Amino acid sequence: MAEATDPPRESFRLSQLLYDARYRSMTIQVVAAILIMLLLVELVDNTVTNLAALGKDIRFGFLWSTAGYDINQQLIPFTSQDTHARAAVVGILNTLVVAVLGCILATIIGVLAGVLRLSSNWLVARIMTFYVEAMRNTPLLIWILIVFAVMTEATPQPRDFREGGSASLILWDSVAISNRGVYIPRPIWAEGSMLVVAVFILSVIGIFILRNVARKRQQDTGQILPVFRLSLALFFLPTLLAYFVMGRPVTLEMPELGGFNFAGGIQIRNSFIALWLALSLYTSAFIAEIVRSGILAVSKGQTEAAFALGIQPNRTMQLIILPQALRVIIPPLISQYLNLTKNSSLAIAVGYMDVRSTLGGITINQTGRELEGMLLLGIFYLITSLIISSAMNFYNSSVKLKER
Amino acid sequence: MSTQNTHPVAYVRREMLDPAAPPPGQTGVIRWMRENLVSSWFNAILTFVALYVIWYVLSGILPWTLNGIWNATSLNDCRAIRDARGLESAACWAVINERWLQILFGFYPTDDPLLARLFHGEALAAAGGVDTVFNGGLNATQRIEFVSAMKNQTSNGLILFFGYWRPMLALLLLVVAVAPVLYSSLPRSMLLFSLAYPFVAFFLLWGGSVWLPVLVALGLVACILIGRTLASRFGMLGGTLGGLLAFLLIFMNPLSFLGITGVFPLLPTVQGVFDSILPWGLAAVSSDQFGGFMLAIIIGTSGIVLSLPLGIALALGRQSSMPLIQWVCVAFIEVIRGVPLIVWLFTASLLLNYFLPPGTSFDLLLRVIIMVTLFASAYLAEVVRGGLAALPNGQYEAANSLGLDYWKSMRLIILPQALKISIPGIVNTFIGLFKDTTLVVFIGLRDPLGLTNAIRATSEWNGIYWELYIFVGLLFFTFCFFMSRYSMYLEQRLRTDHR
Repeated sequence: MAEATDPPRESFRLSQLLYDARYRSMTIQVVAAILIMLLLVELVDNTVTNLAALGKDIRFGFLWSTAGYDINQQLIPFTSQDTHARAAVVGILNTLVVAVLGCILATIIGVLAGVLRLSSNWLVARIMTFYVEAMRNTPLLIWILIVFAVMTEATPQPRDFREGGSASLILWDSVAISNRGVYIPRPIWAEGSMLVVAVFILSVIGIFILRNVARKRQQDTGQILPVFRLSLALFFLPTLLAYFVMGRPVTLEMPELGGFNFAGGIQIRNSFIALWLALSLYTSAFIAEIVRSGILAVSKGQTEAAFALGIQPNRTMQLIILPQALRVIIPPLISQYLNLTKNSSLAIAVGYMDVRSTLGGITINQTGRELEGMLLLGIFYLITSLIISSAMNFYNSSVKLKER
Repeated sequence: MSTQNTHPVAYVRREMLDPAAPPPGQTGVIRWMRENLVSSWFNAILTFVALYVIWYVLSGILPWTLNGIWNATSLNDCRAIRDARGLESAACWAVINERWLQILFGFYPTDDPLLARLFHGEALAAAGGVDTVFNGGLNATQRIEFVSAMKNQTSNGLILFFGYWRPMLALLLLVVAVAPVLYSSLPRSMLLFSLAYPFVAFFLLWGGSVWLPVLVALGLVACILIGRTLASRFGMLGGTLGGLLAFLLIFMNPLSFLGITGVFPLLPTVQGVFDSILPWGLAAVSSDQFGGFMLAIIIGTSGIVLSLPLGIALALGRQSSMPLIQWVCVAFIEVIRGVPLIVWLFTASLLLNYFLPPGTSFDLLLRVIIMVTLFASAYLAEVVRGGLAALPNGQYEAANSLGLDYWKSMRLIILPQALKISIPGIVNTFIGLFKDTTLVVFIGLRDPLGLTNAIRATSEWNGIYWELYIFVGLLFFTFCFFMSRYSMYLEQRLRTDHR
């Protein structure tokens, strides 16, 4: 009589911890946990001992003491009498502004270069290949230094802008590029200008509503509204109307030569321009490659299929190619934004006062709190990059192909 | 049967005519230009714009470059020569001509006695021979004068090959060591030299006693042999423990907590014995004398070599089924990637001493190499993870069904495919690492860009920018461009699909 029985249950032996796959992972993790704990304890212990030997402790109170140094680019008012915390915020804003502007410019140049690199025009494609390879294979630091040297060494001095001097303002006498910085007009907000701004914001909101209405209408009835022209009109007309009705409340203050330097207008420092341009140019080369590979990743059959369905070329691009290419393009694009943000810490090379040189530089030097300062600096960068990468993960999961 | 031949035919052509020549617009250069430059109106406009851009850029740069002045002693000298020749603009390449050795090697010491013996025997004899000049007969000032007078009379090329023979030999051997890794057609036995190369390079670059690198290498070999022997007799656990114990005895002092010092670690003891019997070695060079492009190559190469295994390990850890290992790897990768390299470098230079046992301090260069390695390995881990994720699940299942254990399935099935997929990403990370070596200038190492500042700080070359930046940029470009081309070649060679 054959009877199926379970094999006799073996009693647990100690060697199973090592040789039995069921228990081995547990063993490894316990050993790893112990080692990690030991390492952490050792690190903390060393830090405490070393700090005690130096007579230091870990406190963040220094953030609320007077900074005592000036910051040459402030988006919010700051004097040397303000606190270190405020200096850090000024630095953070400076980092963010160069990062955001850099991302915008890098995207514009990068998309242009990427598309042109695929151009059927041999010459244009070669020029763009050269541009991309030159940018990608040379350190960013060199580009920052080169652009900075261009801005400070190869641009005219303010005195050259005098009557009979060799230099002149560009763009209808509104922008001056000099070795002291770039001067642009400053808008002056008179009474009633708020209304103009409000109208502008409302019309931008209107554009979004219009797009939704148009899409819904197309889905319901099949009629296509001329969205682009309507948006264009909505963008300019109401604002211009409000501007003239209110009696032109917004005026521009032009940069003027006064004494040895320009007065009036907004001064954009060369350090900012150098960092911004170099970051944008460098990152745009990477973005160009991403755009190129994204477009190439959409197979030719997709275009042919769209044409076979009788879809026009521009709508093919808009409805068939771009949505598929963007799914390939956007994740690496966002990680390039992340790189650009982190690379903005190279501001140190040109003396731009970003968060690393306020919180992580002068504040540390003045207070001697390197541990706390570097910790806060690291946390700032970490939070920024986690926010950006979670945005990327969100996008990824929303466009992911739904598989089995 | 056939009706064709029943009627006489007036004329039948028996030979084929040669094909008529294509119309002149459809061949050769003209056709190529029509297709690639002026295929449509828009294309033609693009071509003209492109030609204008090229002309604009070249008309600015070419005269400046080609009219460059190669022989001058200072920037003012350059300007005088330029004005004398009646040129509007001219590059002052003389700074490169004068200082290229400094950009390549920083303040790394030259082998002055060798230079003196080889090329200035008479001057050396007049000064009283090598011993008098270099071994204490002359005081420091006199010796510096002698050496600088001697170097002024020696061409830079001779100084490169004989004064800097140590870094140059190390570079040459680096090429020999890397070649079998890059090109599989070379004999595999050359890999043995690749393994030995780090010790050779350390000895050549840092100098000191020859016995230190030799004994460290022998010690590591001994550990592995002991581990293997024990493993074959007592199983894996015994082998690992034995190897670790041997490592402790050779390289560390396991009995230090008992207050027993002197015999252990074995390494310095044995080295002392050898040094007293055969005191062979080279003049020691300390890390703070390293600089220039050599520094970039040293940091870049060590970073690349060390970060690859670490990055693969991190990627595997992140994919691991063990939660603890996975969390640790994820945390490590995200924290390292989330913070710029500059902040890590400052951490290494400002804070590392806080985390180490009191009283220890180690070399800034070593700290930088460690930081750059950790940084690159986090990026590599993400690249390799992408490759691992791209493999179909069937590969993992197939490896399991063959009865391979974890390491064997990784080594034989998964990693070869995953790494092949991630080659472009890996090489991009390496290029990024190599370019990032320029950042060490901010923590006080003399990288090429830092040296351009040092050169500009001298009175002769005050105010010179472009020539130096272009030279340094071209150096980096050459290396990075080679790496990216190599990755394309490798991709081609390893491609197994659709051929």
